[in-house]
Amino acid sequence: MEALTWFGAYAPIFSPPLSAALAALVMLFLTSSLIGFASGNGQVALLRTGFLAMTFLFVSFFILTYLFLSGGAEVNYQATIRGLLTFAAVLVIFGLFAALTSWILRAYVDDAPGLLGRLRGWMWKVLGLLVAVWLVLTLLQPAPTERGIVASIIAQFLPVWIALIVTFALSITFKRRLGLYGKLFDSPVGMIGFALVMFWVFTAIFADFVITMDPITQFGRVKNPLPGIPLVDPKDGQYPYFLLGGDHLARDVFSRVVMGARRVLMIAPAATAFAFMVGVTLGLPAGYFGGKLDTILSFFANLVLAFPVILLFYLLVTPEIRVTGIPIYLAAVLFIFPIIFFSTLFNARYFTDPAKRNLYVGITLVIGLWAYSGLAFNADPLGIWSMDPNLLNVFVSVVFVNSPTVFRIVRGLVMDIKARDYVAAGQTRGEGPWYIMLWEILPNARGPLIVDFCLRIGYTTILLGTLGFFGLGVSPESPDWGSTIDDGRKLLAVFLHPAVTPALALMSLVLGLNLLADGLREESLKD
Amino acid sequence: MLLFVAKRLGVMLLTAIALTFIVFYLTNLQPNLEKLARSEGSVRMTDESVATWIQQNGHGGSVLGRYAQWVGIAPGWTRTDDKGVTRGRCIDDGVTAEDAPRYCGVLQGDWGFSTVFKVPVIQVLAKAMGATGYLMLAVMLVMVPTALIMGVLSGMREGSTTDRVLSGIAIATSATPEYVSGVILVALLASGTAGLSPLLNDWGVIDTKTLFLGTATSAMDDITFWNFTLPVLTIALYGVGYIARMTRASMTEVMTQQYIRTARLKGVSFGQVVMKHALRNALIAPFTVIMLQFPYLLNGVVIVETLFNYKGFGWTLVQAAGNNDIELLLGCSVIAVLFVLVTQLISDIGYVYLNPRIRLA
Repeated sequence: MEALTWFGAYAPIFSPPLSAALAALVMLFLTSSLIGFASGNGQVALLRTGFLAMTFLFVSFFILTYLFLSGGAEVNYQATIRGLLTFAAVLVIFGLFAALTSWILRAYVDDAPGLLGRLRGWMWKVLGLLVAVWLVLTLLQPAPTERGIVASIIAQFLPVWIALIVTFALSITFKRRLGLYGKLFDSPVGMIGFALVMFWVFTAIFADFVITMDPITQFGRVKNPLPGIPLVDPKDGQYPYFLLGGDHLARDVFSRVVMGARRVLMIAPAATAFAFMVGVTLGLPAGYFGGKLDTILSFFANLVLAFPVILLFYLLVTPEIRVTGIPIYLAAVLFIFPIIFFSTLFNARYFTDPAKRNLYVGITLVIGLWAYSGLAFNADPLGIWSMDPNLLNVFVSVVFVNSPTVFRIVRGLVMDIKARDYVAAGQTRGEGPWYIMLWEILPNARGPLIVDFCLRIGYTTILLGTLGFFGLGVSPESPDWGSTIDDGRKLLAVFLHPAVTPALALMSLVLGLNLLADGLREESLKD
Repeated sequence: MLLFVAKRLGVMLLTAIALTFIVFYLTNLQPNLEKLARSEGSVRMTDESVATWIQQNGHGGSVLGRYAQWVGIAPGWTRTDDKGVTRGRCIDDGVTAEDAPRYCGVLQGDWGFSTVFKVPVIQVLAKAMGATGYLMLAVMLVMVPTALIMGVLSGMREGSTTDRVLSGIAIATSATPEYVSGVILVALLASGTAGLSPLLNDWGVIDTKTLFLGTATSAMDDITFWNFTLPVLTIALYGVGYIARMTRASMTEVMTQQYIRTARLKGVSFGQVVMKHALRNALIAPFTVIMLQFPYLLNGVVIVETLFNYKGFGWTLVQAAGNNDIELLLGCSVIAVLFVLVTQLISDIGYVYLNPRIRLA
């Protein structure tokens, strides 16, 4: 069997118009930003000073670095400089062309920026149309050889696309009734972020349908097969190609990345949620009461924050430390906070209605302590809640690293909000301190906290990747992104695909979370 | 101001003691000591001989006592065995028990002996710190000006195309951890089979196989653009986004102030307003952010030095942790912790010093 091409049978027909449209778009962007820069009177001066400052900074930076860094032998120095110069030349030619166009436009067209904007809009539409037509035509081809790698991957993600479309259709239809979540669909940035995040969430959910091969099994004896290489002797019903190539043990990279999403998305949000429980439960009283309690708690928070994260991981996530039981003690301390949080929450709310209070607090305690016994001590009598000791170690360390930052944020927010009038009103009404903290202050601090939650999931994903990258606390077979990158980087100079694929996956997820947080922040600031 | 500095110094000292104790406790856990006994003594030791080895080499007794010895505020242990030979913490080879100093800890400059590199810890660390110093310097030289320019340009006119593009870049770089951007940069610029290098090589622009070198080991002897660009770029990229966003936030806030509007209404040109009125006030917040960015930079250093095989501080830390080299790991931790605490202190003091509203209050 022959290997797959990247874009399938129609690629030769579509690539010239596509690249033409793309080049035009880049040119339009450059031209319009140049025009925007040079319009108006005040900006000319700014342009000049800014340009001078930038040139000066960059020249001085180059001289400085060169003086510092050039040590003597200049084996490949010239080659590098020549490479850089070529880049610079290409950029300068592009820039000159754009400048020329913008100059002509400014001289002969009245509303140059408007015209450029319209042109850009059309170009986007042309580009989108071209891509769509290519995709439809290619997907109609039944044979993988005709489809190519990209279209085959898109087809493989079918359940994810359906779920995404349903989610978006429903959310946009009912967006006025959905509060902050609905408002997200007013901001393009937020929507892109949400789409990226949900793409990976649905991938994690439907991973079993998306993968083409078993992520752990080794296929064939060829090491590091390139993307699109067929299997040597596929069995019946087996997917016959390595879509994104294989790693050094001939495991399918595509399937491993998809399965890795499941692992990452199982740990990161849960660990972040636990960190938030700890941070909120401790940060509320520290900010509200202040005094000695605040001093002591802040000291401990700063203590953890002063540790370089990697050092802490190297100390906390080792096989040896499990023998001493430290992860279990840490888990015992950290996992109790959600129970405390929810018990106090319900107790404060239904204090005046003992029947209801007893019911809610009772339910919390029963479920909470049941899960607690299983997760922290692996002693669940029914055996439903349990955590692999390796996973517990990683989970606890990540929560431990994240919670002091949450603590500081919550403390700061509380100190800001507690001076408001409605808190004073609550105090005058005779509300208890915990009621005020949990039901007056916390809901009013939710905006920044939700935004930080999104950012923090991204940060936790990065931390988990770091752990995997250093091979800490994961089994060697695990398909999580960090350890896959670590596996792949050893052969990076020769084979790119085993490391670059998970790297791009991780980047897109974290980018999605950051964009989502940005969109949420923008929208929550509007009201 | 003096009282403030004194108070901060006190807290810092307390933090340093607490942190070093935690590190000492965690590195000297019983399983680690047993592993050390087996690697220093013999792999086939019985459990009892492991226990006696630990006892005889000064790793027995209370943690607090050992910590005090390690710091150098308690006299080092000595033990005279059956043959009458006295060994001890402070007794080096060739020195008799009587001549040896009583105290030998971190405070006295005795940081122990690295079991991996077979030289005193202080030598290993000095060499590693030198290498990392160059890396950090280069990173700062790239990162700080770029981030500040990006932040000021995008914060100058909130919502403009420039702002959108630069903010997008900032978000994208801060979403890319070092181990991802490093891999992607190597793939793009330092691979002989993919990315730009084969193309440039074909055109005859470069006569080497790759545009940049994918490892920085040779940078230990001789730093060139060829071998040092990628590690520096990798660390700088992650930090740039964050600092640029902070600068942008502070710049947009300053640009909405009354005095900026007054200056504009008086007829001062936009450029003058930005350069003379806004910039100085907008750069206070980024200063603290840059100082507080150092601990994260340390993270980046560890990842990048491992990725590019540059034998600096981060690489040493990984080697020490991976090979159960307790004394070296302790030394690394002390340096790391001190580094973080000192940057925090500078950031606090600098913030107070730079902000006249706090300084004069």
